Amino acid sequence: MMCRTEQDPPPDTHRDSRRGPHPTDGTASDAEFSALLEDDVEDLYENAPCGYVSTLLDGKIAKVNATLLGWLGHSREQVIGRKRFTDLLTVGGKLYHETHFAPLLRMQGEVNSIAFELKAADGSRLPVLVSSKVKAGSDGQPQLIRTTIVDARDRRSYENELLHRKREADKARHEAEQARKEAEEARQEAERDRNRLQSVLAVLQRSLVPPTLPQPEGMEAAAYYHTASVDQVGGDFYDLFPLGDGRWCFFLGDVCGKGPEAAAVTSLTRYTLRAAAIHDPDPVTVLTTLNTVLHQHYNRGDPRYCTAVFGTLTPGPTGATVHLASGGHPPAVLMRADGTAEYLPTPGGLLVGILPNAPFTATSRDLAPGDTLVLYTDGLTEARIGPDGTRYGDEALLEYASDLAPVTAHKAVGALTTLLESFGDGLDDDTAILTLGINPTAPTGPTEEATCRT
Amino acid sequence: MDVVSRNNVTVTGRADGPVVMLAHGFGCDQNMWRLVVPALAARFRVVLFDYVGSGSSDLAAWSPERYGSLDGYAQDVLDICQELDLREVAFVGHSVSAMTGVLAAAREPERFARLVLLVPSPRYIDDGDYKGGFSAEDIEELLESLESNYLGWSAHMAPVIMGNADRPELGEELTNSFCRTDPDIARVFARTTFLSDSRQDLASVTAPTLILECAEDVIAPREVGAYVHAAIPGSRLVTLKATGHCPQLSAPEATADAVIDFLAPA
Repeated sequence: MMCRTEQDPPPDTHRDSRRGPHPTDGTASDAEFSALLEDDVEDLYENAPCGYVSTLLDGKIAKVNATLLGWLGHSREQVIGRKRFTDLLTVGGKLYHETHFAPLLRMQGEVNSIAFELKAADGSRLPVLVSSKVKAGSDGQPQLIRTTIVDARDRRSYENELLHRKREADKARHEAEQARKEAEEARQEAERDRNRLQSVLAVLQRSLVPPTLPQPEGMEAAAYYHTASVDQVGGDFYDLFPLGDGRWCFFLGDVCGKGPEAAAVTSLTRYTLRAAAIHDPDPVTVLTTLNTVLHQHYNRGDPRYCTAVFGTLTPGPTGATVHLASGGHPPAVLMRADGTAEYLPTPGGLLVGILPNAPFTATSRDLAPGDTLVLYTDGLTEARIGPDGTRYGDEALLEYASDLAPVTAHKAVGALTTLLESFGDGLDDDTAILTLGINPTAPTGPTEEATCRT
Repeated sequence: MDVVSRNNVTVTGRADGPVVMLAHGFGCDQNMWRLVVPALAARFRVVLFDYVGSGSSDLAAWSPERYGSLDGYAQDVLDICQELDLREVAFVGHSVSAMTGVLAAAREPERFARLVLLVPSPRYIDDGDYKGGFSAEDIEELLESLESNYLGWSAHMAPVIMGNADRPELGEELTNSFCRTDPDIARVFARTTFLSDSRQDLASVTAPTLILECAEDVIAPREVGAYVHAAIPGSRLVTLKATGHCPQLSAPEATADAVIDFLAPA
């Protein structure tokens, strides 16, 4: 499609227009072109959108444009031949000019885009970027320095913003590093405290059970203690000791609660049981004595109580007779040499220490060679074995014991330890296990005359 | 790394000539001497180097502790003298390096035959009656300028710059490389240079000493040249017809002539 009108100048008029505006056709494009031609070099220099300054090699200002004078607020007379370029800079800028800019200019012949601040007549400062080039004469010798100065206020505020952010980031990184170090030190300190506490607790815990379990003649005894938390003293306890007349006493129990207070009750309980047994080993009497002591000792607003099984073993011609009483404690399990298992229930026994007068009931069994008695705390039966929180329970334990029987005391403890481990996180309480077995081969008899003290 | 590589030591000129050691100041590197080296090399064995942290030195050898004091720079000078077994050294120190030379000569006077202090200043900051020409705020302003201008330096290029001992052409390609510095290093050097006070050390100078000052120099004004002249007994003061702080670049002939006249008078 042809769009050119009759008025459009032919293409070759542009050639003519180089000599000036065409006298006859005053079109828009010609007017623009002529305006460009009228933009004389002097005006371009004076009012360029950047500052121009020419200096002698010693820095004296020889020529400067109006733009720069306007920025500085100086008259031409105040500057030409009177000031050096460095006089336009801040003192810090002068130092930088003399130590970096001037040497580089001498060595390279030009330097580009160096940031300075100009000092204006009114004291204000103008951030600029300065580029200089040495102009050499025909003999190659440097004659003067031409310098272009660009307003860099926006650029500088942007850079300052970046610098500010960088400093903040550096500071934040430094602080984060510092905080990390402090946290690490605190962690190590806490770790050391925890280790100290754990070693104290371990010593305390060990003091609540016998360091080594004695082995009555013709019998086998074994025990296991599972500590639920290395940061807490548990409240479970057990003991086995001779009365000196061929009979043996044993007990196992669980003090309500954990921690140092529970440990104190455990300690009191253990020594009360031992002392009471020496005075009169009858199980109901011993538990009654413990009940009195605990109730008197801890009834002032802070009740402390426990569950416990206490019993005696009296050797007989073909084994031993166990006589035991329980205060609120899970019943012992008896695994027979014939492969059966049964609970030894003692119904009606109350928690020890909670009432001034608590009833305890006793029961007896004859143990034959190969029979093994198991005492345990409720950590075993209360262990959670499923995702729904199902507990292991009495029935499962009896079934497990039936499968295990006949078994020696040591092997029973080994099997029960494996069982406890199989519970994993489901085993969340301290658990004590004490097993007493009659040796399957040699029948036991009293080694000395039984002299039960009364 | 040995001292020669560490300080990018260059030896040129007459192998059998007396030793002239040229030490650059704050800002650039040994290239500062390029216009006077030809005249000096005709008569002397010329030793050039970059202080650790400047030019093509080994930046890995730099530490803010050592180079936060002029003694660290003086130690560079002494390390080079020891490594090359230099004796009867004529030490020419530009700007802050003039004071480095004074410190080095005080520690091992037997090594230094003569000192040429080129536009020296023992103290840049005004102090009572003493006029160094600057205030502490001015130095902070300089540090800002350093922060605004990373001459020929970038973290990206630093590995190339540091590792270019065997490929010097890499460094030459970089614009402004003569004055490039890691900004963190430059900041320490600037503070050490402009905040130090070596006035007390001037009296210790025993070697014959030439002080060269410029007719106009904003960094080391003539009052300071007169102060140094008065403080060093028997020193000679020559005022060059030059402007600025780098007469070895702006008036290389006059500078070389003055040095030669002092070290090897005709």
